[in-house]
Amino acid sequence: MNEWSSSKRGDLSRRRMLGVVGAGVVVSALPSRSGAATRPGAQARTAGEGLVGAPLPRIEGPLKVRGAAPYAAEFTFAGMVYAALAFSTIAKGRIISIDTGAAEAAPGFVHVMTHVNAPRMRPMMPWASSEKAAGNDAWPIMQDDRVRWNGQPIAVVLAETQEQADHAASLISATYEEEPATTSFAQAKANGTETAVLGGQPVHIEIGDAEAALAAAAVSVDATFHTPYQNHNAIEPHAVTVAWHGNELEVHDASQSVVHNAWSLAQILGIEEHQVHVTSPYVGGSFGGKFMGMHQVLAAASSRLSGRPVRLTLSRAGVYRLVGGRALTEQRLALGAGRDGRFVALIHTGTSTHTPDSPHPELAQFVSYSSYATGTLKIDLQWAHLDMVANAAMRAPGEAVGSFALESAVDEVAVALGMDPIELRIRNEPQADPLTGLPFSSRNIVEAWRAGAKRFGWERRNPTPRAVRQGDWLIGMGCGAGSHMYARESGGAARLTLTKHGTATIDIAAHDAGMGTATVLTQITADQLALRLDQVRLRAADSALPGVVPGIGSSQTTTAAATIIAAQRKAVAELLKLLRRDSPLAGLTADEVTPRDGGLAKTDDPARHESYSSILTRARRDELVVEATGGNPTESEQYSMYSYAAVFCEVRVNAVTGEIRVSRLLGSMDCGRVVNARTAAGQFRGGMVMAIGLALTEETLYDERTARIMNPSLSEYHVPVHADVPEIDVIWTGIPDPQAPLGARGIGELSMNGTAAAIANAVHNATGTRVRRLPITLDQLL
Amino acid sequence: MKPFVYKKAGTVAEAVRAGAAPGAKYLGGGTNLVDLMRETIEQPATLVDVTGLSSDIRRLRDGGLLIGAAVRNTELATHREVRTRYPVLTRAVVAGASGQIRNMATVGGNMLQRTRCAYFYDAKGSRCNKRNPGQGCDAIEGFNRMHAILGASSACVATHPSDMSVALAALDAVVHLDGPGGPREVPLTELHRLPGETPEVETVLRQGELVTAVELPPLSWAKRSTYRKVRDRASYAFALVSVAAAIDVRGGKVKEVRIALGGVAHKPWRAREAEAALSGGPATVKAFRAAAEAELADARPLRDNGFKVELAARTITAVLGELAGGVR
Repeated sequence: MNEWSSSKRGDLSRRRMLGVVGAGVVVSALPSRSGAATRPGAQARTAGEGLVGAPLPRIEGPLKVRGAAPYAAEFTFAGMVYAALAFSTIAKGRIISIDTGAAEAAPGFVHVMTHVNAPRMRPMMPWASSEKAAGNDAWPIMQDDRVRWNGQPIAVVLAETQEQADHAASLISATYEEEPATTSFAQAKANGTETAVLGGQPVHIEIGDAEAALAAAAVSVDATFHTPYQNHNAIEPHAVTVAWHGNELEVHDASQSVVHNAWSLAQILGIEEHQVHVTSPYVGGSFGGKFMGMHQVLAAASSRLSGRPVRLTLSRAGVYRLVGGRALTEQRLALGAGRDGRFVALIHTGTSTHTPDSPHPELAQFVSYSSYATGTLKIDLQWAHLDMVANAAMRAPGEAVGSFALESAVDEVAVALGMDPIELRIRNEPQADPLTGLPFSSRNIVEAWRAGAKRFGWERRNPTPRAVRQGDWLIGMGCGAGSHMYARESGGAARLTLTKHGTATIDIAAHDAGMGTATVLTQITADQLALRLDQVRLRAADSALPGVVPGIGSSQTTTAAATIIAAQRKAVAELLKLLRRDSPLAGLTADEVTPRDGGLAKTDDPARHESYSSILTRARRDELVVEATGGNPTESEQYSMYSYAAVFCEVRVNAVTGEIRVSRLLGSMDCGRVVNARTAAGQFRGGMVMAIGLALTEETLYDERTARIMNPSLSEYHVPVHADVPEIDVIWTGIPDPQAPLGARGIGELSMNGTAAAIANAVHNATGTRVRRLPITLDQLL
Repeated sequence: MKPFVYKKAGTVAEAVRAGAAPGAKYLGGGTNLVDLMRETIEQPATLVDVTGLSSDIRRLRDGGLLIGAAVRNTELATHREVRTRYPVLTRAVVAGASGQIRNMATVGGNMLQRTRCAYFYDAKGSRCNKRNPGQGCDAIEGFNRMHAILGASSACVATHPSDMSVALAALDAVVHLDGPGGPREVPLTELHRLPGETPEVETVLRQGELVTAVELPPLSWAKRSTYRKVRDRASYAFALVSVAAAIDVRGGKVKEVRIALGGVAHKPWRAREAEAALSGGPATVKAFRAAAEAELADARPLRDNGFKVELAARTITAVLGELAGGVR
């Protein structure tokens, strides 16, 4: 049973349900009878058996398929009006005047907010500046006449229908006093760069004399790589529906950070955190783009001013104008090796575009910190400041583009040495973390390479470029490694309720933007309590629930798992206190019992068993409620912890036209234990699809004359379409990480890394052309 | 989107009457026009829905085909005679857009699509002579990878986005019009204009004129025809370069040949120079390449689209080679 949205606060909860169809529908993911053989979960009766790892389908799948899962822009309030935004058309300057007359005369017009009448509000706080800060910038939000980027919202129009709001907003015109702006990468670099900062430390590392070692190396590659701006394109554009109830603000958001957003809105609007309630029951993709943004603030403020509940849905172009993406990078990647293939120097430096106060460094160099034993290492990142919308995090920020450079260079060294690129990588496997010296918690990338190579048929690869051809099509194979640092958030907390009916509810403010988090957390809870899936209800994505668990850094499952494990331990201890003297478990300690078959059993004598239902009923208790935290992630202070990917690619390049088609992809992962084989495979495949976009199609056309984004639409910003995506094979080592809760490390971003390089390396193998600028387009291969 | 009046026309006469009013526009599938209305680039006062008119495909006495303007793209592409007698047309249509869009889009609307130039679409933030005559063009020195290499002007470098029309240009199709001045016929190759100093005038259609049908001549040898679209992703992208061609080779000589290019100009570009160079001559790869180069001799590439010249030459050569059946 799953109620994927709820509130413990009665009146807000009731109002929240106005007009909502589908919330609270009972969903059972398990077949009632047969099918146990194909669905391991059906047989799971005992903690630790079956449910974790099972390829369970998404518990909310039927709701979504029926269109009954309410997304942020589907919540309705009585008297609700619709918002549309007008955007600046200059990069920098002052608004001299805004003419809203025509908009106000348009049909259905209700209200317009500009900097002239907006309520006084504090700026947003960027990520990490406070525990629950989640912004991308610290700009004033419609508080002054300043224009800071091209596309900044300058007015919010409210009307009775969305069409009327869009029309009225289109009638708004502004005059500006333009000021010189920095709108090109070259100009930004010429203005002088700043050494990037991460966690208060400048991004500059030198181990040994990498330049000297490079100069002395028998074989070396020293090249510049370029990666473009990219924008977020989640299938669901950002949306928010808000209503004020006195001084309480109810927010239905498309978010990956409900608790952060509630805190942020309170902080910005000058009310108390408990006065803001944010839910995000269903989200159509987040990818790092759906933290705290300006649009939630504009919706809340215009709702306050107009006295009407407001729905604000960004147009696709609006997403491009308000939500940043991957920053542009220029990277120097130099790699020196001995004749035996051992790396002696790794230099990964470069410049990323940056915006003031942005917490997102686009640290491409991070991937080079711990990937290979290199003897010497030099890392440096410079920021070039542009007048543009604030950088955002975008799936595997930094490392997606950094791994393209590093893994392309490794391939170049392999070619120069005449060595198989996989063997070259294996030869440079570090024994401990090259940067910190910490032991690896679990690093099995070599197994992943071997298993992947076998399954992909790597031995059939012809190492000579341009040697394999079918008709007009040149065929090549390439590979690339990816890694993603393990993360577990310290704010994990959950509330577990066991009832006398033998059911459980787990409350945790985590998020599911389509990844499968709801399913996975239900699975883990059922597994930990030895309950059937349909006996567990999950409530999540609601700021009123316990925990500070943002969807960030591929950390939600590990954070929640540690929390659920802690809650289970606490519940077991409490249950033991409730035992009657005649209980089969009487006198046993927590160390001697294990959840089993809907209750507790003596670990080494399962016949001594009492169900939760019996324990609670006999103790005259309706329910048992415990709240627990996951504790600080000390494991990542003691160990170097990463998930690893070995990605294999086959491409076909048309010898006449240069058209590039990925014909095969395989990802071989080493990510600890996989909690749900089906949703994990979806994450891996999704990341690889996105990486096809990174490698071959995606580029924001940012006009350096005006700082204007020229392709803010899915028709002109090319994400891969079905015809661009081959069948993608994914396998994993399945080796549990002894240091991670449940043995599982993060997987959400992993396969973004290494894939673009695998594609680029396959293009080189097919054509003999080494392309170091993304996206790789056909004109680079003519 | 500006509010508008919607009228559904029951007959061509009714449509033409309504369409003659100031601010009236004909509505086909709406797959481009409605987008442009959302972007405020088109702001018609009245939409005259003509999807109920002329929606059949029939064989003419001379063996040609008359295709109603309201025929949906999917229906056109899957029509048995079109598929078998004019494969270039089927291939061009299915190379465009997506299945869902082709189910909506009409023949008349397809040929009257407007350019996808990013600066044309950016109504609020960019200059465009097509949108605002005399305003200037931000594409000439901006992003112009998708833009024209042939027949452009200092006022406009946009391309026409239709795939279908490129095939129709190669097939010598004739467009049937009706309007306040009565019915008339225009060869498809003369329907669209080059930009010149008035890029806002995109066709020779007169005020209130309606496309009622497209006529295909018999062209028995068009059975040997094809369409090759080169683009950045495998589907759902406009052409960088496309080639529609039909060829009739007898005894190693080119008896008849038709070539049209897409993605290179403000209109479907009939490659008459190349056709003239090939006609009566040898059907060899070398001749195909030379003909392609002759056609492209006047190409004027911009900052981002220089590759289109070589790409077009290669694609023309390859397509003719394929049609001629593995010649050397």
